[in-house]
Amino acid sequence: MNLETLVEKLNLKCKCCWEKLKSTEVKGGYAGDLLSDVMANSSAGDVWVTRQVHQNIVAVASLKDLAGIIIVQGAVPEKDTIEKAQKEGIPIMVSEWSNFEVVGKVYQLLNNG
Amino acid sequence: MPDDDYLESLEGSYYVQGRDFVDAGIVSSEIKKSLKEKGMPEDIIRKVAVITFEAEINIISYAEQGTIQMFIRPDAITIEANDVGPGIADIELALQEGYSTADESIREMGFGAGMGLSNIKKFSDVFELTSEIGKGTRLKSVVKLNGQ
Repeated sequence: MNLETLVEKLNLKCKCCWEKLKSTEVKGGYAGDLLSDVMANSSAGDVWVTRQVHQNIVAVASLKDLAGIIIVQGAVPEKDTIEKAQKEGIPIMVSEWSNFEVVGKVYQLLNNG
Repeated sequence: MPDDDYLESLEGSYYVQGRDFVDAGIVSSEIKKSLKEKGMPEDIIRKVAVITFEAEINIISYAEQGTIQMFIRPDAITIEANDVGPGIADIELALQEGYSTADESIREMGFGAGMGLSNIKKFSDVFELTSEIGKGTRLKSVVKLNGQ
């Protein structure tokens, strides 16, 4: 499944790098707000679900070759975060739902199509 | 003492400024880019990326300043991180997952969970950590290139 489909099905607001949504394949997912946890345990191609909004999330996603970042609970990514994401080409999407709901829906989509 | 071959294998040396969370990740990104350009295997690049990111965050979180150096030899990549800072009082304790001396401002950003050093150890084939109180900390991490 590509990110574009995920954005459509989950009604996500894409804040950055919409031009990459179609070509970015989502291979799996990881959820967490501890950056070291995500560094150690996420896999390349995962979409990352988090409540963090500061710019360091972009470095983590870029270093781990993650597909993109979904920020939950309607939280607003900081301006620096968007700028950095633009530079690194990391799609940032926002959901109004909680992390629990987002993870459940992403899991279902990835496993049942 | 490191031999001449080792010193000659220095691939890059990077400065890290303490407390500069704005630029956090820049050094690890540079190192990752350089390994990609050299055509290193993906799994090796990811290991080194975790190690350098955690080392970089540690210097930023706790030290005044530091350097991260990368050495590449045919059989291994070595990362050395040296900082000028408070040092680590109890290394065994610091290596325990979940133990952290990070303050609230660091934790709010999702750092300081007490996983950094144990992550570095987990992704290293050889791991050495030495520290002197009031002076600084020295980390050496080796990732072997040919399996074990």
